Amino acid sequence: MAHEWTAEKSTLLDWLIALAGKIGKSLNDRIIFAGQLAAFSFSTIYWLFARPAKKETMVAACYRIGVQSLPVIMLTGTFIGMVLAVQTHPQFKAVGLESRLGAAINLSLVKELGPVLAATMLAGRVGSAIAAELGTMRVTEQIDALASMGPNPIHYLVVPRFIACLIMIPGLTIMADAMGVLGGAFFSIKLLGVDWGYYWEYSRNAVALYDVFAGMFKSIFFGGAIALISCYQGFNCDAGAEGVGKASTKSFVVSFVMILILDLILGIFLDKIHVVWFGGGPKAVV
Amino acid sequence: MADEDDRNLTEPETGGEPVWEGQVYTSADGTRRVLRRRPPVLEACHLGVEFDDRYILHDINLKVHKGETLAIIGESGCGKTVFLKTAIRLIAPTEGTVLFSGIDLGELNSRQLSEVRTRIGFVFQQAALFDSMSIGENIMFPILQMNPRTSRSELQDRVADLLLEVGMTPEVADRMPVELSGGMRKRVGFARALAAEPELMLYDEPTTGLDPIMSDVINELMIRARDNHKVTGIVVTHDMKSAKKVANRIVMFYPQSRLDEGESQIVYDGPADDIDNSKDRRVTQFVEGIAGERLMEMTHTRSE
Repeated sequence: MAHEWTAEKSTLLDWLIALAGKIGKSLNDRIIFAGQLAAFSFSTIYWLFARPAKKETMVAACYRIGVQSLPVIMLTGTFIGMVLAVQTHPQFKAVGLESRLGAAINLSLVKELGPVLAATMLAGRVGSAIAAELGTMRVTEQIDALASMGPNPIHYLVVPRFIACLIMIPGLTIMADAMGVLGGAFFSIKLLGVDWGYYWEYSRNAVALYDVFAGMFKSIFFGGAIALISCYQGFNCDAGAEGVGKASTKSFVVSFVMILILDLILGIFLDKIHVVWFGGGPKAVV
Repeated sequence: MADEDDRNLTEPETGGEPVWEGQVYTSADGTRRVLRRRPPVLEACHLGVEFDDRYILHDINLKVHKGETLAIIGESGCGKTVFLKTAIRLIAPTEGTVLFSGIDLGELNSRQLSEVRTRIGFVFQQAALFDSMSIGENIMFPILQMNPRTSRSELQDRVADLLLEVGMTPEVADRMPVELSGGMRKRVGFARALAAEPELMLYDEPTTGLDPIMSDVINELMIRARDNHKVTGIVVTHDMKSAKKVANRIVMFYPQSRLDEGESQIVYDGPADDIDNSKDRRVTQFVEGIAGERLMEMTHTRSE
């Protein structure tokens, strides 16, 4: 009996040790990943200032990241606005505040949903494409070939994409916000019958310039995070088609998690700044 | 005034005397010469590379002199390609140093390393052409790295010359890499590596995956690069026929994992035409392509 108990105890102990080992390894891998990503980011920032990026690579990156993402971002923005109208209208109507619908839709659009959902969409469209492109270059030795001819691959491949994301993603966020505002207004006024005068009046009162700035400010960080994470995943891609696929998927997942973390941190930070500068918290919608 | 002798001399022809830079000596033909000792084009000193706690290369000591073509042979996984990439510091060594023309690559900052790399051409196994650029742009790329102000017409002339040199028509310049066959891509890779007029060419398995005729074309190109452009070369290959044809000297690597403590990873280092006379079983096995014996060894190792 005692022997059985000891055996059971030993099995449990082994299991616990194995579990602790797995947790430790996973934690260790994440710390290494964070360290390598930080080193990669510092290297990118060094090359950003060390030598200007080539104009032709910059223009190409801006075109692919910015201009080619425009249709999908406009579509995303429009639907966010319309969905917000659909979801919030019954709640506001129930308490007789239907006229204030515009304030709720537009404030949540410019401060939160516009930047976050636009960045999520771009992490999927732009980030995955960057990771797949650089990953393919890695596995076919094109990055090695580039380095062997002199240029620093981070300067030549990462810096233009990083700058393009920093410039274009806030621009695309403005477009997503604008389309969301129009989509929400169209749905609320034309289909749900909200009075357009009240709709815009309450929107104008609720949404301050600072709110628009807060959304834009966040999107700059989202853009930088998407570029760095995607380029890092591409540069450190495993061999073969499977490696490229994994790099692409990981770039989206890690970018998305980073967008959420940054959104929380920047949201708190921007609210504190608002209190310091304007002497009060954000305006109430209702 | 004595003539300058800048050959890769390690000993003066006067024999036995201590040598120093600038020493005046009388050569065999009676002319007075000044000894100019030149460092090897590439020198690996106690080079070691470790991946995942496993040594791929360990304590490699190798010198490659100007004008020579060295072939590195050995079975898959013995570290040939790793050596080639470490030689240009695409892989940072775990231990030891690599000197290019006497310059320790490990001591250079990234700008200096970039400059040194422009003096080295690399022909990759799968050509590694930039697939977003046309063939012409691929070949122009290293030229523009050397001199960004090269005029468009000059670039086009140079691209046409290089394409002709590798046996292709200048019209290919407008095509994309994806439109070319494997052999054509390798020749374009060759042209691209030659474009910057390098002092050293590194060839990573240049004939692998090619038919015998195309392999011969690539061998000829390597010989021409050595003879016409006076380029020093290091060829990594499995192809013994190619190694004997293009190289003056052959070095054979043996996988580090199968060596005993203290054994050198370089199991042959000598003239290309002398490798057939080697008495080392590992060398003869590889040169004669005796797969059966090796297969038996591998099966035996696995069952153990």
